[in-house]
Amino acid sequence: MKTTMKLMATSCLTLTASMAFADGHMANEMTIVSWGGAYSASQQAAYHDPYMEKTGVNIINDESSAEAVAKLRAMNEAGNVTWDVVDVVASDAIRLCDEGLAMEIDADEQLADGDDGSKASDDFGDLLVSDCFIPQIVYSTTVGYRTDMVGGTAPTEICSLFDTEMYPGKRSLEKRPINNMEWALICDGVAKDDVYDVLETEEGQAQAFAKLDTIKDDVIWWSAGADTPQLLADGEVVMGSTYNGRLFSLIEEQKQPVAMLWDAQVFDLDGWIIPTGLSPEREARALDYVKFATDTERLADQAKYISYGPARKSSAPLVGKHASLGIEMAPHMPTDPENAKNTFLYNYEWWADYRDDLDAKFQAWLSQ
Amino acid sequence: MAEQMLAADGRPLKASLNRALRRQKLRALALIAPLFFFILISFVMPIADMLFRSVENEIVENTLPRTVDTLQDWDAASGEAPSEEVFSALYTDMALAVEYKSHTRLGSRLNYETTGISSLFRKSGRRVGRFDTDVYTKAFEAADPAYADPVKWSEWMADDSIRGALPRTASAYDGWAEMIVNAEGDDPLEEQPWDFVYTALYEDATAGGTLPIAADLSGVERVSIRAQFEDIDENWTDPDVWRTIKTYSPTYTNGYFLNSVDLMKGAEGIEARPENERIYIILFIRTMIMSLSIMGMCVLLGYPIAWLLANLPDRTANMLMILVLLPFWTSLLVRTSAWKVLLQQQGVINDTLVWIGIVSDGNRLELINNQTGTIIAMTHILLPFMILPLYSVMKTIPPSYLRAAKSLGATNWTAFWRVYFPQSVPGIGAGCILVFILAIGYYITPELVGGTKGVFISNRIAYHISSSLNWGLAAALGTILLAIVLLLYWVYDKIVGIDNVKLGG
Repeated sequence: MKTTMKLMATSCLTLTASMAFADGHMANEMTIVSWGGAYSASQQAAYHDPYMEKTGVNIINDESSAEAVAKLRAMNEAGNVTWDVVDVVASDAIRLCDEGLAMEIDADEQLADGDDGSKASDDFGDLLVSDCFIPQIVYSTTVGYRTDMVGGTAPTEICSLFDTEMYPGKRSLEKRPINNMEWALICDGVAKDDVYDVLETEEGQAQAFAKLDTIKDDVIWWSAGADTPQLLADGEVVMGSTYNGRLFSLIEEQKQPVAMLWDAQVFDLDGWIIPTGLSPEREARALDYVKFATDTERLADQAKYISYGPARKSSAPLVGKHASLGIEMAPHMPTDPENAKNTFLYNYEWWADYRDDLDAKFQAWLSQ
Repeated sequence: MAEQMLAADGRPLKASLNRALRRQKLRALALIAPLFFFILISFVMPIADMLFRSVENEIVENTLPRTVDTLQDWDAASGEAPSEEVFSALYTDMALAVEYKSHTRLGSRLNYETTGISSLFRKSGRRVGRFDTDVYTKAFEAADPAYADPVKWSEWMADDSIRGALPRTASAYDGWAEMIVNAEGDDPLEEQPWDFVYTALYEDATAGGTLPIAADLSGVERVSIRAQFEDIDENWTDPDVWRTIKTYSPTYTNGYFLNSVDLMKGAEGIEARPENERIYIILFIRTMIMSLSIMGMCVLLGYPIAWLLANLPDRTANMLMILVLLPFWTSLLVRTSAWKVLLQQQGVINDTLVWIGIVSDGNRLELINNQTGTIIAMTHILLPFMILPLYSVMKTIPPSYLRAAKSLGATNWTAFWRVYFPQSVPGIGAGCILVFILAIGYYITPELVGGTKGVFISNRIAYHISSSLNWGLAAALGTILLAIVLLLYWVYDKIVGIDNVKLGG
């Protein structure tokens, strides 16, 4: 009996001690959630390392951004949010904001001014697509192709995706309606500005599906960002859609026989949100981090490691050379004027409404 | 009647035995109690909670209580938007919901049913604080300064006779005071009520309610709340939007279950979804068929291997066993990706076939991104779950039985089929149940190698859990899947008998 008591007392003590330790440990630690891979590495170098050096806060990386929305909701329901800052795409930020899972941010109050003296709200401009969203990078979903598989004439426009006579072979597209529906309509003769108006109607949706039908048998549908680069490298597909940063590393770092299109590429954003339900200290620290990590210099720094454009206008002139390859990064940015000649703007508000409906239709179409 | 048997202490033997047994049982229960509670708390309760979401629908009533209440009288079949009164109720509810930041959540919820409600609510939330209703506030303040006094307000609203005369005001004020305390953290005794409370007061007054202090409102022009909402977005006058709100206002709904079998609540009751939106029934059927094929493949491939394992000398058998178990120690993703390398059109298998000359270079086989890919990869992944129970059952079948059958004149085949096989059936049963139940819930492998036609219902469940956040629909799909598995288990029990399943000796 005595031993049991002793045992229990000891375990109780250890437990309290370890909890106290965990608490003390927590105070100087924050968990930042991102996508992993080269992208997280670029954030580590451009944001995390300087921030840790500056403040002594220890940053823990969690690579869960792909499931961030669901996990944040689960954490919120359980009343135990363990993440401090989360990297999400803009459409997820809107969703999180709608669900009350992300904190609203006043850009001018809580973010740094641009180094040219502009207010944060002007510096980010239209990119502040949600009250909760702090933009970080601009990326594009675009098309890459095998230079050795397209014959004599390399494709120059997005509609080559639908041209199976000129460019026979498989192509890879993302397994969701977003982007594909828009490209289908553009290549079916709909003006870029009218795409969403057309897509709002039943006939417009049917038109987009009919266009996609013409290549349905030639498509490999991807769901992970790494798929298309891999399929291109293996020669499985002749062309495919993916993020411009992935193509950059395939072309410039891995030197594969691949080239990319800058035509009707879909502009999209990635950035930070801060979850709701943090303790005041954690919230203050998260805000401090975000303010630091999205200032003009830091955003420009990130472009040294990955070919995504900084979300601030004031960062653009500061973009320099790649940290290890030594090539100028500006021409590889989706924000570069030369590349941004014919971009397509993703309509967040529209997709927030139509995503559920069109996704059901898209999946039904896929399974037919 | 037999004489009662007595124990040594003179008590009836039966009672004494029962007592001893009861103590033993209690002790046994105490032993399993930790595990029991662990399973209850960490397994049964979360699953029950998740399944409950398939019918739970409190959000509409909680967010828009006054609107839901006034909507009772609106006829959804009328083809017209509801009356001004409903819009006034919506104004109060919306103004409060914006402060609680719950209006966008409700918008996402209702957007699952009718496209466009999400942005409708988001937009309205931004504008609802800027309605032209401040004229009412000013008019009351001008009529008597007491109307701007928070303390006076709280006195009036504590008086039952005033509350009875001004029902809308009382309801709006209560909601406002609660919000001031809970959402703003302020004291209602120090804050002047907001415009929507004065709007309710004006409406009560014009409806004949007696004001606490007489006020001359003849100079005030009525603000149409309906027009204000219409001004934000004309969808507010769309009867479909209102029908959705009304249809989904009860606390519990069967809507998610209807959705998960390709039905929906239409204007005239339950109806089938349009053809281009039907997907779940196809997926359920496909999941069943493919899981059964995978199970069949596992039996075909696993049986000979298990037989070899059970009949080879121990040393060789152990070697082979390690090969069977090896995949268990490799990550699922690695194994699946390895299949991609093997099966793709520029992959190892196709390259070899082309090199041998069986297929031409232009006609490479499509082995992946379709059902074939899913069946191959999943058979490989689930094979050990078939081999292990088979092996452990076969190990207990004495080899002398086969020899005896042969010495009595049976051919090899008869000896196997009549003597050996029946004894191995319990192992097949156990393996089949394991493989089938695991297969039915798989989603990572089908997602990676299944293309469009090789995906399972679980892929949609995962999508709704992690991406669309439609947890109600995910829960409904999951509940149906669970019900199907239980049903099949029951059928299996009826046909084969669950006692006939063995995981080992």
